[in-house]
Amino acid sequence: MSSVLYDTPGPKAKVRNWIYTGVFAVVVALALWWILDRMAQQNQLDADKWLPFVTDSQIWTTFLLPGLGETLKAGLIAMVIALPLGALLGIGRLSDHAWVRVPIGTVVEFFRAIPVLMLMIFSSALYVMLGTVSSDLRPLYAVVTGLVLYNASVIAEIVRAGILSLPRGQTDAAKAIGMRKGQMMFYVLVPQAVTAMLPALVSQLVVILKDTALGGAVLGFADLMSMNRQISANYSNTIATMVVIALIYIAVNFALTALASFLERRLRQSKKGTGAVVEGDVAEVDAGGAAGVGKAP
Amino acid sequence: MFDFLTSGQYDVLGAFWVTVQLTLYSAVGSLVWGTMLAGMRVSPVPIMRSFGTAYVNVVRNTPLTLLIIGCSLGLNQTLKITLGGEDFKEIGFRLAVLGLIAYTGTFVCEALRSGINTVPVGQAEAARALGLNFFQVLTLIVLPQAFRAVIAPLTNVLIALTKNTTVAATIGVAEAALLMKEMLENEADALFAVFAVFALGFVLLTLPTGLLLGWVAKRVAVKR
Repeated sequence: MSSVLYDTPGPKAKVRNWIYTGVFAVVVALALWWILDRMAQQNQLDADKWLPFVTDSQIWTTFLLPGLGETLKAGLIAMVIALPLGALLGIGRLSDHAWVRVPIGTVVEFFRAIPVLMLMIFSSALYVMLGTVSSDLRPLYAVVTGLVLYNASVIAEIVRAGILSLPRGQTDAAKAIGMRKGQMMFYVLVPQAVTAMLPALVSQLVVILKDTALGGAVLGFADLMSMNRQISANYSNTIATMVVIALIYIAVNFALTALASFLERRLRQSKKGTGAVVEGDVAEVDAGGAAGVGKAP
Repeated sequence: MFDFLTSGQYDVLGAFWVTVQLTLYSAVGSLVWGTMLAGMRVSPVPIMRSFGTAYVNVVRNTPLTLLIIGCSLGLNQTLKITLGGEDFKEIGFRLAVLGLIAYTGTFVCEALRSGINTVPVGQAEAARALGLNFFQVLTLIVLPQAFRAVIAPLTNVLIALTKNTTVAATIGVAEAALLMKEMLENEADALFAVFAVFALGFVLLTLPTGLLLGWVAKRVAVKR
């Protein structure tokens, strides 16, 4: 165990590290004890608040699993619609014609600057006004619309960064064998950019899944987040429910994040291809990912 | 069409002021917390490293909505933690800031950690050769250079934070998104006008931040 920041510990440093370990463990233990004590005072540690998640299968079949289903459904629909839309916007932003490039750039920057929650609330109000969507489908529509508007513009930036990350030689070679611009884009650049973008796209899916929780909290979308109210109404176990729901989110998102970094590692190591890669981390920076893929406007 | 602005019924500027306050308090807090986390993640003490890694992986994969609602329902309503706030408004604001710091700190930590990687190995090696200990190497040599390299990524985190403050609306903090929701319900005939006003507000908040800090990032970047 050594890093560039510190020497391999000698006898003195080892003792010191043990002391730090002890102090840190005591501080963390005190914080934990304070929380647990507080929970015990409010009877939050009672077995009947936590056991239902193990003993009562209904809690899973009526609430948690359908909720997770809705969350995944909204996330996947949003991804499937946002992907081609984002690709079009991203390619459009690289166009040689200013009358294509400038308006598309404005649209992309506009939707990236607005919080996704606002887009969701606005879409919901819009569907109420239009009256074309039945009221039980409206939350799903509003959530998906908000997510698509926002994420299409983020994906546009990922696509642009992916195409720009390819070595110049690819463009030069395509031009040298006499391809037209469209051919160059669709036969040479896009297919290679897709692999370079994969980690970033998977990370964006994590962002989308996290953002669906906004719909559950504000628009009455029956997703995993909203189940918190329903379950704690039945079992009056707010904290236990929150913890279980958080664990489900973490498990799903952690798996996706792990997949993203696995893809990234493989792309970096692979001998085939250009070795170009758009990092997952960059796009993932927030619940609302305006992160630095590509350059700022 | 825009008479909802002059009717005096809604305090649009006040709502955006709350958004700005949320952003500033959370930004300072998450910068401090994120730096501490980054320090833990690169420290020679294994238990700190694992705590840092575990914290970042857990919190980063939790929806911010869940964190903030958890602060409100869990910490405040169940465990009666008020963070020293007197009334509903103050408590809600502080809980939202707490949730935002807990969440944004992980992104600051990751940005800093990648910044630490941009500092050439020789810098830390030279510092160690001079006999500096880990804390000195980190605070005197590595972090000052790392901060200069991560201003651009941190700007993105700040812009994301500005937008994420809207999540505080889920626990009833009277910021921009909550007011917009109320106005959209009352002023259904001016739907697009209301949205345009709030969208413009956020563009005005995020665009100058990005431009200004982008310029700063270029100025202070270490030329290598």
